[in-house]
Amino acid sequence: MIIQILMFYVFSVLAVAAGVLVVSSRNPVHSVLFLIVAFFNVAGLFVLIGAEFLAMILVIVYVGAVAVLFLFVVMMLDIDFAQLRGGFVRYLPIGALVGFILLAELVLVIGSWVVAPGMPHAVAAGAISLTNTRALGDILYTRYLFAFQAAGLILLVAMVGAIVLTLRHRADVRRQSISAQLARTRAQSVEVVRVPIGGGSR
Amino acid sequence: MAIGLAHYLTVAAILFTLGIFGIFLNRKNVIIMLMSIELMLLAVTINFVAFSVFLGNLVGQAFAMFVLTVAAAEAAIGLAILVVYFRNRGTIAVEDINMMKG
Repeated sequence: MIIQILMFYVFSVLAVAAGVLVVSSRNPVHSVLFLIVAFFNVAGLFVLIGAEFLAMILVIVYVGAVAVLFLFVVMMLDIDFAQLRGGFVRYLPIGALVGFILLAELVLVIGSWVVAPGMPHAVAAGAISLTNTRALGDILYTRYLFAFQAAGLILLVAMVGAIVLTLRHRADVRRQSISAQLARTRAQSVEVVRVPIGGGSR
Repeated sequence: MAIGLAHYLTVAAILFTLGIFGIFLNRKNVIIMLMSIELMLLAVTINFVAFSVFLGNLVGQAFAMFVLTVAAAEAAIGLAILVVYFRNRGTIAVEDINMMKG
């Protein structure tokens, strides 16, 4: 139990510290790497709380796909990030003010919040014998099947949209045209030329 | 003191606030803004999972998966738009994004 408490504080402190560094880091590449650290620590929190499947999905989806996508874009675009950091100090007070107010509100909500005593549990947390993954699959593939399919559809639309947005046909690039190559006849490609002595062929 | 629901909610609240703070702090850099939005979605996911576990109701975790899906789709589309914008304009500074202003 003591180890669990200790690990909770380790994970949460590291996640929050990584979050601070994400927003305040000078180099966007470092920001992405700290974002990965934050994701890993939140995955650790999920393991601690007993949501193993979501922890693994978090690592796979966020670290494996989203963070790598960010890293790819940050490195691909040739941007002067130092110039983009202008006004950092100017926006600090208003950002801190808004953040503080929001945090105070959230803490007030969390502090004064209780579960209604007679609240029914819509779906049991799964029998004790079920693993987290199995229990999640049991409700995801039965009760929430259509929502699950819609999520897949969203991903498909996102994929198609990203491809359509970034695909471009460049007119200034000479490409191989296989059909034109195959359609050539002998008359078009071979010519017998009688070369006079001392002169070029043309 | 055992770790309860309030602990997880506090961590999520701090992460969410950091996301808001990051959007204010990096007013010129769209990439860091998108990362801040990811941070906020992560905080929301923590909330869903914490409530799901402590209330004994798995629907929260199922919904957290949908949040994850939307976050991934949003990142992909957002970064694709960013790449196209950079290709056309040669900059990603937020204050230059005003072509559709009336």
